[in-house]
Amino acid sequence: MTLTLIVTIMALAFVVIFQIAKASEYVMVLKGEEKGFQQSNRINAFLFLSFLVLGLVAAWWCNELFYHKTLFTQPAASDHGEKIDKMMWLTLAVTGLVFFITQILLFWFAYKYQYSEKRRAYFFAHSNKLELIWTVVPAIFLTILVGMGLYYWFGITGPAPKDAQLVEITGKQFNWMMRYPGKDGVLGRKNYRLTDASNGNALGVDWEDGSSHDDIESTEMHLVVGNPVQLVINAQDVIHDVGLVHFRMKMDAVPGIPTTMWFTPKYTTAQMKEITGNKDFVYEISCDQICGSGHYSMRGIIIVETQAEYDQWISGIKPQYRTVMESKAAPTADSLQNASAALQPMAQDLAKK
Amino acid sequence: MSTEITQQAHAATIQTDVHGHHEGDHGHHHEESFISKYVFSQDHKMIAKQFLITGMIWGIIGGLFSVLFRLQLGYPDMSFPFLEDMFGKWAAGGRISNEFYYSLVTMHGTILVFFVLTAGLSGTFANFLIPLQVGARDMASPFLNMLSYWFFFLASCIMFASLFLQTGPASGGWTIYPPLSALGQASEGSKLGMDFWLISMAMFIVSSLLGGLNYITTILNMRTKGMSMTRMPLTIWAIFFTAVLGVLSFPVLLSGAILLLFDRNLGTSFYLSEIVVKGEILPNEGGSAILFQHLFWFLGHPEVYIILMPALGMVSEILSVNSRKPIFGYLAMVGSLFAIAILAFLVWAHHMFVTGLNPFLGAFFVLLTLLIAVPSAIKVFNWLTTIWRGNLRFTPAMLFAIGFVSLFISGGLTGIFLGNSTLDIHLHDTYFVVAHFHIVMGVASMFGMFAGVYHWYPKMYGRYMNNTLAYIHFWVSLAGAYLIFWPMHYFGLAGMPRRYTDWSNWQSFNMFTDANRVISTVAMVVFAVQLLFIFNFFYSIWKGRKVTTQNPWGANTLEWTAPIRPGHGNWPGEIPEVHRWAYDYGKDGREFVSQVEPVSDSESKH
Repeated sequence: MTLTLIVTIMALAFVVIFQIAKASEYVMVLKGEEKGFQQSNRINAFLFLSFLVLGLVAAWWCNELFYHKTLFTQPAASDHGEKIDKMMWLTLAVTGLVFFITQILLFWFAYKYQYSEKRRAYFFAHSNKLELIWTVVPAIFLTILVGMGLYYWFGITGPAPKDAQLVEITGKQFNWMMRYPGKDGVLGRKNYRLTDASNGNALGVDWEDGSSHDDIESTEMHLVVGNPVQLVINAQDVIHDVGLVHFRMKMDAVPGIPTTMWFTPKYTTAQMKEITGNKDFVYEISCDQICGSGHYSMRGIIIVETQAEYDQWISGIKPQYRTVMESKAAPTADSLQNASAALQPMAQDLAKK
Repeated sequence: MSTEITQQAHAATIQTDVHGHHEGDHGHHHEESFISKYVFSQDHKMIAKQFLITGMIWGIIGGLFSVLFRLQLGYPDMSFPFLEDMFGKWAAGGRISNEFYYSLVTMHGTILVFFVLTAGLSGTFANFLIPLQVGARDMASPFLNMLSYWFFFLASCIMFASLFLQTGPASGGWTIYPPLSALGQASEGSKLGMDFWLISMAMFIVSSLLGGLNYITTILNMRTKGMSMTRMPLTIWAIFFTAVLGVLSFPVLLSGAILLLFDRNLGTSFYLSEIVVKGEILPNEGGSAILFQHLFWFLGHPEVYIILMPALGMVSEILSVNSRKPIFGYLAMVGSLFAIAILAFLVWAHHMFVTGLNPFLGAFFVLLTLLIAVPSAIKVFNWLTTIWRGNLRFTPAMLFAIGFVSLFISGGLTGIFLGNSTLDIHLHDTYFVVAHFHIVMGVASMFGMFAGVYHWYPKMYGRYMNNTLAYIHFWVSLAGAYLIFWPMHYFGLAGMPRRYTDWSNWQSFNMFTDANRVISTVAMVVFAVQLLFIFNFFYSIWKGRKVTTQNPWGANTLEWTAPIRPGHGNWPGEIPEVHRWAYDYGKDGREFVSQVEPVSDSESKH
C-alpha cells in the first residue's frame, strides 16, 4: 500500500517535473537561445552564491546538533587517546582553514565571474611563482602534520612498559573472550587444535604447559586505572578488530597472527559516568572489522576500576584449568543434568515406539 | 543518414598512408548490419555507449541497494511488508535480515566501484574520447576493444547471476578479506556467491586489461600529425595515467583472487592459518590473512585513482572550456597527475595501519600518503585560478565540474586525517571513512562522470539533454551529497563503526537515530533524481533538442572538428592536423582558437 502510494507520487512528480522541463526548453527556443542561456546562467550563478551561504549556515547548524555527541566533549580515557585528540585538533585546524578558504573562493568565483557580455576572460596560462607557492606551502604544512603524527605514532605503537598488565583477548563470531595470566604473569601456551568449547577449553589452551594452570578466563575485561595494560589479540575464525572507542585505540584480531597494543586507562568506569553525565556509561569493545552477519552485535565490556576492586574481582574467579580438571575428575551435578537432558529425546523416541 | 554513410565510405577510400594500416577496418561500412553496428560493434564510439549504458544499469542496481539498506539504517523499528513480497526470506517480516544487509552493502560497493565507476566511467570516456581527441580513426585494436566490452558484459552477467543464488551473493564487504570470504562456514555469502564474485572479477580484470592496453597503445602511437604529447588535452593525459595504473595493478588483484579461489576450493592455505570456525578445527596452517590485504590494496588503492583520474581530466577540460580561459598551469596539471599516478602505487598499506603492520613500515606509508595532498592541492588551486577572472558559462557540465571541485576539496581534506596513522587508529573503519571515500571517490567521480556525459552528449548523439532537468539533477545531487555525508563525519568522530546493521544495543553509538533517518530520506530523494537523469539521457537520445553546429561549446579540441554525428572513422577526409595546444581560450581577444588552426606570426606567445 505505502509502496504503491510512494511509487504513484514519485511517478506524478516525475511527470510534472518533466513537463516543466520541456516547457522551459520550448520557451528558451522561442525567446532565443542566447537570451535563455543568459537567464539560466544568472540563476545558476545566484544559486552558487546561495549554496555557499546556506552551506556555511548548515555546517554551523550541523555542528550545533552533533558536536556534543562526538567524543570531543569527553576526555580521552587513555594517555594515548589524549595524544590522538591533540593530533586531531591540529589536523582539524589546518584542514578546516584550507576548507573554508578554498570553498569560499570556489563558490565566490563562480558567482563573481559568471558570464557577462561585457567581460572578456583573462588569458592567464601559467605562473611559476604562483605554482611554486601552492606547492611549497602545502608541503610545509604537511611536513608538520607528518612529523607530529609520526612522533605520536611511534609513542603509541612503541614497546609497552615492563610493568604492564598482560591481558589476552580473543575474538570469534560473535563475541570476545579474555584470559589473564594469573600470579606467574605468563599466559599458558595455546594450540588451536586443542580447542574444545564443550569441555571448557574454548581458547585451545595447552594444559600440558604448567604456566597455563593459573590462567583465568572471563567474558568481561577488568583493568586497573592508571596501570598500563598490554593486550595480546587473537582471532579464532575470521578477522575481527578490538575497537576501544573511549580509549581511542584499535587493533585487528587476525587468525594465526597475534597482534598487540598497549595503553593506560585514565578514568574508572565510575569516574567516566560522572564525566559524561551518563549513569549507564560503560566502556565498550566494538568489532570494527566486518566479520559476518552478527558483526554489528559483537560487543564486549571493559570495566576500569581501582586496584582494590580489581583484586577482589580476580580473586573470586577460579583458574580455568582447575574448573576443567574438577569436572573431568568427577561428573558434577551440572554435567549430570546435561547428560540426562541429552538422553531425554532418546527416551521419548523409545516411548513412541 | 544516407549522407553519413557516403561520408564514411568516402572517408575510407581517401585515407592517407599515415593511417593506411587502419584501412582494413573501414572497408565495409555501408554493409553494417544491426549486429555489427549496435551489438558486436568495433566502433569506439559505440563501445563507449555500451559501457556507459551498462554502467547506468549497474548504477541503478547499486544505487537501489543503498536505498534498501538505508531503509534499515534510517528506520530500524519499522517493517516494510513490500520488502518481504520482493525478497522473501531475505526480508522476512518486512525487515532486512542481517545476511541480506551485508550482501547489499557488499554488492553496493562492488557494483559502484568496479562496474559503474571503473567500467562505466573510464570505459566510457577512454573509449569515446581517445580517438576523437588525439585524432585517430579508432582504437589501435578495435577488435580487442570490442572484446573488452564483452568481457565486461560477461563479468556483469556472472555478478548479476550471483544475486539470485540461494545462499545469496558475496557478503564480506567489497574488500572480501579472507578468512571471512574463504570460509563458507563463516557466512552464507562466502558460499557459492563468493566464487561467483571472484570469477566475475577475473573476467572484469581481463576486460580492464584489454581496454587499458588499447588505450595506452592508441595514445602513444596513433596521435594525429602535430599532436605531441604536450599538446594533448588533459582528459587524454588523465586517461593515459589511468590506463597505466590499471594495467600494472589489476593483475595483482587477479593473483589475489586466484589464490583465494584455491584456498576456497582446492584446500590450499595461502590466507588461512590456525582457524577454528563454528567449533570446527581446520587443518590449514602457515598462511597469512594479511597477505591478501596487501595484494588487494596493491590494486585497491590505485583503483580509487583509476576511478578518480578520468574525472580529474574531464573536469580540467570542462572548466577551461566554460570559463573561456586556458587551464591554468597545464604542465603542472600533467605533472600532478603523474605524481598522483606514481604515489598511487606506494600508499596501499595506509589501509592496513591497524592490522598489526610494523609501525616503522607504517611510517613510510604515512609520509607517502600525505604527499599525495601536494599534487592534489596543486590541482585545486589551479582549478580555482582557471575560473578566476573567467567568463563562466554554467552549462550542466560546468555545474557538475564546479561541484566536483567542491567535493574533491571536502573529501580530499579528510584524507589528511585518515592517512595519518595516529588518527587512523581512532578513525579506522568508522563512519568518518565512509564519509571520506564516498565524497572524494564516490560522489566526486560520479560528478565528473555526469559532467562528461552532459558535455559530450552532443557529440555522442547529436542532441542536447534537457537543461532544466540537468539543473535539477545537479542542485539536488550536490545538496544531497553534502546532506548525506557531512553528518557522517560527526558519526565517525563519535567513533561509530561502519558496516553495523543496528546500533540500538550499544551505549556508545545509539545517539544518531534522527540523523540516520534524515540521511535515509535524503538518499531516497537523491536516488530518485538520478532516475530523472537516466530518463533525461534516454529521452534525449530520440527527442532531445538537435545540435545544429559542429562545435556547440566553442571548444578547441579535435572532436568538435568532426561531423555532428561522426561515422566509424570519425572524420570524412583526412584527419585534421594539430598546430597548437588545446587551451587557447581568450587569447589575443579571440573566444577560442581550435587546435587545428596554424599559429600565425602575429600571435602572442605564452
